[in-house]
Order: sequence, then C-alpha cells, then structure tokens
Amino acid sequence: MLNSHVKFHSTSGKRLVLIVDDEQINREMLRHIVEQEFSTITASNGSEALDIIREKADFLSLVLLDLRMPELDGFEVMRKMKEDDNLSQIPIIVLTSDESAEVDCLKLGASDFITKPFSVPEVILTRMQKTIELYEDRTIIQSTEREELTGLFTKQYFYRYADQFDKFHPELVMDAVYLDINHFHLINELHGRNTGDAVLLHLSSYLKTLREKTNCIVSRFDADKFFVYIEHGKVEYSKVIEDLNRHFEEFRDQHVRVRCGIYMRSDKALSIETRFDRAIQASHAIKNNYSRFIAYYDASLHEDTIYADRLINEIDEAIATNQFYLNFQPKYNVQGEEPVLTSAEVLVRWEHPELGRISPGMFIPIFEKNGLIQRLDFHIWEVALEAAGRWKRELGLEIPLSVNISRIDLYSNALIDYLIEKLMRNNLKRENLYLEITESAYMDDAEQLIEVVDQLRSEGFKIEMDDFGSGYSSLNMLADVSVDVLKMDMRFIQNIKSNKKQETMIKLVMDIAKYLGIHVIAEGVEDKVQVDFLKSVGCDIIQGYYFSKPLPEDDFVQLLMEQKK
Amino acid sequence: MITIDKLKELGADVDSGLARCINNEEFYLKMVTMALQGTGFEALQKAVEDGNLDEAFERAHSLKGVLGNVSLTSLYEPVAEMTEELRSRNDIDYAPYLETVSAELNKYRSLL
Repeated sequence: MLNSHVKFHSTSGKRLVLIVDDEQINREMLRHIVEQEFSTITASNGSEALDIIREKADFLSLVLLDLRMPELDGFEVMRKMKEDDNLSQIPIIVLTSDESAEVDCLKLGASDFITKPFSVPEVILTRMQKTIELYEDRTIIQSTEREELTGLFTKQYFYRYADQFDKFHPELVMDAVYLDINHFHLINELHGRNTGDAVLLHLSSYLKTLREKTNCIVSRFDADKFFVYIEHGKVEYSKVIEDLNRHFEEFRDQHVRVRCGIYMRSDKALSIETRFDRAIQASHAIKNNYSRFIAYYDASLHEDTIYADRLINEIDEAIATNQFYLNFQPKYNVQGEEPVLTSAEVLVRWEHPELGRISPGMFIPIFEKNGLIQRLDFHIWEVALEAAGRWKRELGLEIPLSVNISRIDLYSNALIDYLIEKLMRNNLKRENLYLEITESAYMDDAEQLIEVVDQLRSEGFKIEMDDFGSGYSSLNMLADVSVDVLKMDMRFIQNIKSNKKQETMIKLVMDIAKYLGIHVIAEGVEDKVQVDFLKSVGCDIIQGYYFSKPLPEDDFVQLLMEQKK
Repeated sequence: MITIDKLKELGADVDSGLARCINNEEFYLKMVTMALQGTGFEALQKAVEDGNLDEAFERAHSLKGVLGNVSLTSLYEPVAEMTEELRSRNDIDYAPYLETVSAELNKYRSLL
C-alpha cells in the first residue's frame, strides 16, 4: 500500500543527508558515495552537527554519524537528539569500526551501522535507503492513510504527504485546489445516500485519472470536499471543470455541479493547511453564484479578512450612531383585480461614514458567522417597530411588517420578552409582526427550533419560512415544521433549467402548502409572466421588483398614504 | 607523481580503495594524497612518546580508519594492531610499530 509513497520519493527529488566525521578524508569519501543519490551536508564535530541538525530538522532525512570525535562525540549527539522531540524522529546511521559500540548505539536509537573501512558504495546506499524508507513509512503510516469510500488520502495523511512532497521538490511551483459539489446536502436528501455516494465516487474516479496524468496528490478530506495539490501549469482549470461537469452528465437530474477554489502558485512559506484554507476561501466567494464555478484566491480575499475585522470592530459604534437604517419592500396581494399592498419586509442597510454604503450581502454573513448578527437584529426590530408605531400614531396607518430572525436569535431567552415589550411600547398588536426564519435554520437543530417556533406562535406571532427552495429542505420536511407562511424565492427556482420543471416545482409547492394550510409568498418576482403564472396556481402574495424595490421609509409611507386614499 | 601502479607496487589494495571511490581514479588519488599529507601519524608518535595512551589510542584509531578507507594496506595493518594494543592501554614498547609505520609511510610519501 505504501509503494506509491516509496516510488514517489525515489523517482525524482533528493533527500538531504548530514555526514558527521572529524576526519576530512572520511567525510569526502562518504560524500562522494552518498552524493550519487542524496543531497549532502557535512559537519566535522558533534557540536557543529547539532547546530545543523537543529536548523535543518524539517529537511533532514538521515544523519551519518561518526562515534569518536573530539569535543562532542557521536554518543553525545545521539543523546541530545533523543531528548529533543523535534530531532528524535530523524534516523541515524552510525559510522564505526568498533563492533563493541553497536549495542550502546542501538540503545540510543541508531537505526543501522556502516563499518569502517567503508564497504562498497552500493551497500552503503542501500542501507541508507532502507533506513529512510522504514522511517518515513513508520511515521506516515501512523495516520490513517486512505478514506474508506473513495480510497483517496485522508486529510491528515494528505497534509503530511504534501508536506513531504514539498521538502523533496522545493523547486516546483504548486497550486492548491479545493473542489466541492454544489448543494451536496440536497442530493443526499432528495435522492438518498446511495446517489450521494455514487456522485462522490464519480468525482473521485475523475480525480484519480487526473492524478495518473499529472502526478498530483488528491484527498477527500470531508463529505463532498476534495483537495488536489498539483504542479502549476499541468492543467487548465476551466477545462478541468468543464470536463468534470460533462463527466457528471449521467447525474443530470440531480443537478450536480462541481465548484472549485484555487490558490495558484501557492506561497510555500505558508503551511500547507493555510494554503488550502486560501483555496477554500476562494471557493466561498462563489458559493451562491450559479454561473461561476471557478474562483481564484487573490490578495484581495486576504483584504476581505481585514475588511471583515473592521466591520466587526465597528458594529457597536454603527448601531449607536444610526449608521444602520431600514428599507421596506412591499408585498402585494394579487388575488383581486388590482394588487393590494398588504405588508412589507424590513431590510437593513448600512451607510458607513468612511466606507460608504456597505451591501448587506457583505456584512450580514460576517455577523452571522460570529453571532454579532443578534445585536443587529434586536436593533432592527426596535427601529422597525418604532417606525410602525409612529405611522399608526401619527398617520393612522397600520400595516404588518416582517423582520428577519437569525438562527442564533432563537437560542436567546430574551427573544420573546423583547419583542412583546417593543410591540407594547409602540401600541402594536402581535399579529402585526411576521418573523422570517431562514429555511436552512430548520435543518440545524430542528427540535430546538420547533420548540421556540411553537412558543412564538402560541404567543400570537406569525412565522414565515424564508428562502424556501434555496437547497436545504425536502418537501416532506414541511409536514413536521410549524410555520404559517412559506416564502418561495423565485431566484432559486430559476436555477431549474427547463420552464416546464420550474412550473411543476411551483405547483407542487402550492399543492403541498394548500394541503398543510400554509400560505405561500413568492419573492424575487421580476416580470409579468411570473405574476400571471403565480396567480394561476393560487399564490396570493407577491414580493419583488415587478411591483416595487425596497423603499426608504419616506417613500414607503407615501405609497401607504396613496393606497389609503 | 603518485599513480595507481606505484601504489600497487607498494602493496596498496588499490582495487578496494578504488571501489570505495566509485572507481574514480582521480578522486582516489586525491584522497590518498590527503591521507599521506596528513599529520595523524606524527600526532600518534608524539602521544606515544609523551606516554599519553588515551590520546595515542584516539590518534591510532582515527589513523586506522583513514588508512583503511584509502586501502594503504601495508600501513593500515600495523596501525590496526597498534590500535588494539592501545585500546587495552597495554603498556608495551610501541617503538617497533612506529618504526614500521614510519618506514612504510616514507615510501608512500616519496611518491608525492
């Protein structure tokens, strides 16, 4: 099983060997022999040797060590190496003419002996190779080598292997490539585990072919996630992805698309883990982009991290100084002759004094990641309810608003009391507040979520499942979930290629919703064809640019006033 | 001028010495030259004269290793014997050994 490993090191690239002997002639002769197969470095005494060993610990494959030397002798060098965890893993072959010393050396961990006078070069080289292979196999075999399903390297083994590869091929320019499958969750859920496994095997067989062609190193490191460490310039990535997606033709019905993040000409000064983190980071940039399947890491992504840190640091100040403000996107009831504005979704905007307008698509994921979104959510609810209270009090306008509830909010004990308190303070009723919970939250911890949602509903709040169709839910899940409204996002449905299938999908959702007694709101509706179709299948509420974009408060109030007239 | 043939005449086991040098004559002769120019023998001689057997053993041992590697057999053999006596710190008369080695060494050095 380890043959590949052994071959890989002996076909090209030279390991580094340290030769330690106080006699120049011995050093020179040994070097002359060893240089046929290895890179060499020499030391003429024990302390010089230790300095080199410490400095080159990561690169040394073997030490050839004379025992009798002035200053610090070979025994002392071995003792010191044994004490140091970093150095104790480097194999040692002792150079000796005293057979009596062999036992002592063995006790100190020497792997083998080369006698003086030296035997023929072939014998010396063979013993060295044996020792190195034994050592490398021993250390590398400690981690589980291959992953069960695909037979590819495990993550841990892959990292080690790639690391070794770098040591022996410092001259090669390498790319770190990360691949995964879009919405693999959904494939597993909708088509079953066996189909999911078949997709993974299909991808891994492709990567194995690539490995044969290019000598790259491949790992399946988690679920649907794969790493490829490949020499720069060996392949054209756009072709690979094209090829791959053609390769998945037989899974056409499952909409398998492979997505790829690439860190080209990866900086070897960084750890192998960091370099692959960058490849992953690159692919995240296109996570919800349905037209791009390849992303390259560049320094601006690193700047993204710095940017994210800045936003995180400034959220409190931004709340305190009202940099966040609200937009309202109207929802229309379309069942009558004329569409009627019936409610609105509250959307947050950020006007930063220095960075300008920051897109919610930018800051919301950052705050979701670290939980800060909760602070922002509570603030938005407060501001939104104050606005609704003001419209009621000053203009006599009463309209339900829907606000987003992040999944972390559902774990907050203060949630219900806070909402009730803000409603009361603004003289508003509970049915005037719709709570939008994103579909993916339902997948996380369904039990906990259902408990909180039931509690909210029993207090009189209406619950909307947001982003329905974004890829996590299966339809049969709906039966178990307590929810008042489904928000079906047309942008997700548009990913279904054929119009026929889109229509079937929408009808199916409508039928199930009707059966379960749940209302459906279509959002992201952009044209009349969609509106007509949605009306025809009984979808009564529509939100989207076709009717209105999200509006600043003044414009929205104006719209309300007009309708009231 | 030192040559393979002349070394052979003096009893060096040139074949094994060359084998150790991957049959690179030039390199082998360079190593032999270095061995002959070295001061290992003189250091051994002094240690024996000083009666410092510990030092003498170290010197003899080193010299033996080098001479063995370059296969100067007629030098290597007496030094090897001496090394074993010194290893046991035997307080014997080392002068005959030193004379033998010195005489052999001079023959080789005359080639330089």
